[in-house]
Amino acid sequence: MASDSTVVLLGERSEIKPRPRGEAQRLSPGRFALVTITLFTFAFLYVPIVVLIVFSFNSARTGATWQSFTLQWYERVFNNPRILEAAANSLIVATLSTFGAVVIGTLMAMAMERYRFRGQSAWDGLLYMPVIVPEIVMGISLLIFFAAANISRGLLTLVISHIAFCMPFVYLTMRARLADFDRSLEEAAQDLGADEWVTFRRITLPLLMPGIISSALLAFTLSLDDFVISFFVTGVGSQTLPVYIWGQIRRGITPEINAISALMLVLSIVLVIVAQLIQRRQRA
Amino acid sequence: MVATPDRIGGFGSEGWVIPEAGTLSEYAVEMRDVSKVFGDVVAVDHVSMGIRQQEFFAMLGPSGCGKTTSLRMIAGFERPTSGEIYIDGKAMGSTPPFQRNVNTVFQSYALFPHMTVEQNISFGLEMKGLSRSEIKRRVGEALELVRLPQMAKRYPRQMSGGQQQRVALARALVNRPKVLLLDEPLGALDAKLRKEMQMELKTLQREVGITFIFVTHDQEEALTMSDRIAVFSKGKVLQIGTPLEIYERPTTRFVADFIGETNFLEGTVQEVNGEFASLIVDGGRRFVGRAMDGVRPGVTAVISVRPEKVQLVEQPDSSPNCYEVQVRSIAYVGSDTRVIVMLGNNQLDVWEQNTISTLDPNYFFKPGETAWLTFKPENALVLAQ
Amino acid sequence: MIQAFRERRSLRIFGLMGPGAFWLIVFFLIPLLIMAVISFMSRDQFGFPAPPLTLENYHDVIKDIRFNPSISFESGLNIRLFDGLYLELFWRSVWLSLVSTLITLLIAFPVALFMSRLSRRYRNLALFLVMIPFWTNFLVRTYALQFMLRGNGPINTALRALGLEPIDLLFTPTAVMIGLVYGNLPFMILPLYTSLEKFDWTMIEAAHDLGADTLRAFQRVMLPLISPGLVAGSILTFVPAIGSYITVELMGGGRTNMIGYTIAQQFSASVNWPFGSALALLMMIIVTVAAVLYFRTGRGDQRAVL
Repeated sequence: MASDSTVVLLGERSEIKPRPRGEAQRLSPGRFALVTITLFTFAFLYVPIVVLIVFSFNSARTGATWQSFTLQWYERVFNNPRILEAAANSLIVATLSTFGAVVIGTLMAMAMERYRFRGQSAWDGLLYMPVIVPEIVMGISLLIFFAAANISRGLLTLVISHIAFCMPFVYLTMRARLADFDRSLEEAAQDLGADEWVTFRRITLPLLMPGIISSALLAFTLSLDDFVISFFVTGVGSQTLPVYIWGQIRRGITPEINAISALMLVLSIVLVIVAQLIQRRQRA
Repeated sequence: MVATPDRIGGFGSEGWVIPEAGTLSEYAVEMRDVSKVFGDVVAVDHVSMGIRQQEFFAMLGPSGCGKTTSLRMIAGFERPTSGEIYIDGKAMGSTPPFQRNVNTVFQSYALFPHMTVEQNISFGLEMKGLSRSEIKRRVGEALELVRLPQMAKRYPRQMSGGQQQRVALARALVNRPKVLLLDEPLGALDAKLRKEMQMELKTLQREVGITFIFVTHDQEEALTMSDRIAVFSKGKVLQIGTPLEIYERPTTRFVADFIGETNFLEGTVQEVNGEFASLIVDGGRRFVGRAMDGVRPGVTAVISVRPEKVQLVEQPDSSPNCYEVQVRSIAYVGSDTRVIVMLGNNQLDVWEQNTISTLDPNYFFKPGETAWLTFKPENALVLAQ
Repeated sequence: MIQAFRERRSLRIFGLMGPGAFWLIVFFLIPLLIMAVISFMSRDQFGFPAPPLTLENYHDVIKDIRFNPSISFESGLNIRLFDGLYLELFWRSVWLSLVSTLITLLIAFPVALFMSRLSRRYRNLALFLVMIPFWTNFLVRTYALQFMLRGNGPINTALRALGLEPIDLLFTPTAVMIGLVYGNLPFMILPLYTSLEKFDWTMIEAAHDLGADTLRAFQRVMLPLISPGLVAGSILTFVPAIGSYITVELMGGGRTNMIGYTIAQQFSASVNWPFGSALALLMMIIVTVAAVLYFRTGRGDQRAVL
C-alpha cells in the first residue's frame, strides 16, 4: 500500500513493538556475521563523508596530507559571491517549488483519495511515472520542451521543473496520509454544525498538517539535492549550488568544495533531525 | 456507576427537555418509503417507520442489514436514493448534516484528536455562534452530565475508551439536538463497562428527554435499553415493536431466530382454529401454537418455541405438544440446566431453571435417557415461512 | 437536485485535480512526447532537430551490430555473440546496473535485518544513521567517495606512508560499480528495513511448526511478506543506476561509459539532440520493461509501494 512509500521516503516507523528477548541476544555465528556486515556498511557509508569534512579544515591546497587546521576555506566560501548567489538560488528555487509541489500535490491526493471518477487509474499510473523515469530523461525532455516553447532558461524553468519532479512524491506521501485519515472526524464536525469550509479549516487541515510538513521537507530536500535535472534547465546566472559545485569539481578539486560539501552535509543532518522531531511530536 | 438523578446536577435551571410540546409533531423522525442504493447494492429497501418524540429507539440487525445506512441518512451523511426523511415533521431533502438539528455519537467516537475535551465539546456551540460565557457554562454542564468535570483539559488520547465514549456523548448532547443518533456506541467497550453504560445511557435519556436512535447488532442491548426496536434484515424493516413484543411475538422466522434462542420445527399447517394453529411436523407429530400472520391450512410453516418455555418431564402430560424424546447432552450452567434432546431427527434445546438447590446427580437427566418434552400452545408460535 | 449535486462534484474534482494534472501533462508528459517526436527527426548543422522525419537515429544505434562470436578472459569469462558500439553500451549499462543492484541488495539485506532486530534505542540510532546519507546530496556524497579514491587521496596517501603500493582504482569500471553501490545503499536499506521491521517473526516460528525448514520458511513466508520493500528498494536502485550521470563522470571519468552519460553528452558536449532523444527513448523502454517484469515477479500489485 501507498503508506509504505511515506515510510520509505521519510524513514517513518510503525509503532515499535517489544520483542521477546532470547535467541536474538546470544552472539550466534549468524548474528556475528550480521554485526560485522552492518558495521562495515556503516563505515563504508560514513568514512568518505567524515574524511571530506576533516579535510575541509586542512590547510594544504592539494593532496591528502594533513598540514594544519584552518578555517580559511570556509571564509572563502562565505566571501565568494558566486557561491553565495548559487546558494541563494538554490534556496529560492527550493522554497518556491516546495510551496508549489505541496499545494498541487496535496490537492491531487485529495481528489484521488476521496473521489472515484473516470480516468482515475490512468492518473494514478501517470503520477508514479516520474519515479521510474530516470532523472536524465526528465532533464533532457524538459530542456527540449523549454527550447521548443522558447522559454529562456533561468529560475523560472528551474522552479517549473522542480515542482514537476517533487509533486509526485508529495502526492504519494499525502495520499498515504489521507488513506489513514478518519473521515468520521469530518462527519462529526458537520454533524456539529460546521459547514464544509469550516470543516476543512478546523478539522481536515490541522490533522493533515504533520503530513504536509513531512512532504514539504521531502520536497525541499529533493529540490536542494537535485543536480541532473537542474543542470539541463538552468541558465546563465541562475546556477543552483549543486550545479556550481559540479562545475568546480570538473575543473579540479579545490578545498572550497570540501567546505561547501561539509556545510551541505550539516544542512541535511539538520533536516533529518527536524523531520524526526516532527514525527516524535506527532506520536506524543 | 449508574447515574442517578441527584448525581446529574448542574443544569437544572434551564433543563434539557425540549419545551414547546404543543408544536411537536407525533414523530421526531419519520422515514417514508426510503431506499438507498450503492452501485448495485440495495442497502436500504423501501423502509418506512416513525420514531416517536422522546423515545429510546433501537435499530437492530446483523451487519450489512441497512441499520447504519438508515442512521446516516437521518444524520444527513447519505442522501436517500428515493423516499423522504422528516425530522420533527419537516422534510429534510438534501439538507446538509450541519443544518440538521440532530447529533451523532459515532461508533469510533470521532473525537477530534487535536482538540482537548473542552474544545471538542464546545465545537458545536461555536458553530451555533453562542457567546463565550454561554459556551463555557454549557460545556461545564455537559461535563457534569457525563461526570467528567475534571477532564476538560485532557486530549482524547489521554483517556480510556469509556471516558472517550462519555466525551462523545457530551459533545453531541451539549447542542441539545432534537434527536441523538448513536451508532453502536458501546461496541468498543468491554463487557462489564458496556453493561454499566447501558443503564447509564438509559437513565441519561430519561433525564434529558431527547429522542435517542440507537444502532446495534446486540439484541440483548436492544432489549435492555429500548422503548421500541426495529429489526432490520437485508435492507428491510421486518418488525417494529416493544422489546416484549419483539421477543414474545416475533412475526417472522428471522426475528424469532435473531432475538434470543429458539427451537424451530418445520411442517405443514393442518388447521387454524381461532388464535391457534396446528402443524404436522415430519414424522407425523402434531404441534399446536399461536397462529401468526399468514398461517393458513396447507402452507408450510414453523413452530417456534423458546428453550426456557419447554419442560422435560418423566411422564407424559395432557399438553397437545407432548412427545417422547432422547436426551442427547446436558450442560449445567448454574442458573439453569441446558439439555439437548432429539425428537426424531429434530434437535431441540431445553433450558430448565434450577429452582432447587441439590447436589444429587440423579436429579438431572442423563444423556441417553428417555424423557417427555412438553410446552403449552400459548407459549409457542406458528410462523408462516 | 441530484443533477446539481453531480455538477458540484465534478467541479470539485476538476478544481482539485486541475493544477496537478496541468503540471503533469504540460511539464512531464508533453516534454516526453516532444522528445519522442524529436528522436524521429534529422539534425541541422548545429545538432538541433530539423524537419525531415527519419529512422536514421535508430538506425545509427543498430547499424554496426555484427555477428561476431568471441570468447575472452579479460575481467572474467566473456562470451560475446554480437559486436556493436551501442549494443555494447546498452549491454554494459544494463549489466552494471543489474549487478550493482544485486550487490546493493546483498549488502543492504543483512544490514536491514540486523537493524530490525535491534532494541528500540539502537534501532532508532541505526535508522538515524541511514537517514543522513539518504537525505544528503548525492553529488556531495559521490564527490566524497571520489576524493577518497583519488591517486593522491587519503587512501593512497596512507598506503604510501605505510610503504605499500598505491591502488589505482579511480576511473575504472570497478570504481563506477563502487560508486553505484555507495550512492544507492541507503535507498535499498530503508525500504527493506521498513518491510522487515513490520515483519512478525512468529510467522517464521509458525512455518517451522508446520514443518518448513529455514530456507523454505524464508522462501514461502518471509520473502512474500517483505517483497514490497524488496521491490521498492530495487527500483529505487536500478533506475538511478542505469541513468546515472554523476557516478559515471566522477567515478569512471567518462571512460566506463553508460547510457545515461552518453545521452547527456548528446545534449552538452557533442550536440546531437535527435540521436540523444532516440537513446533516451530506448533507455526508457528498457527501464519500463524491467520495472514491469519486476513488479510481476514481485507478485500482486506492489506498484503502490513506491
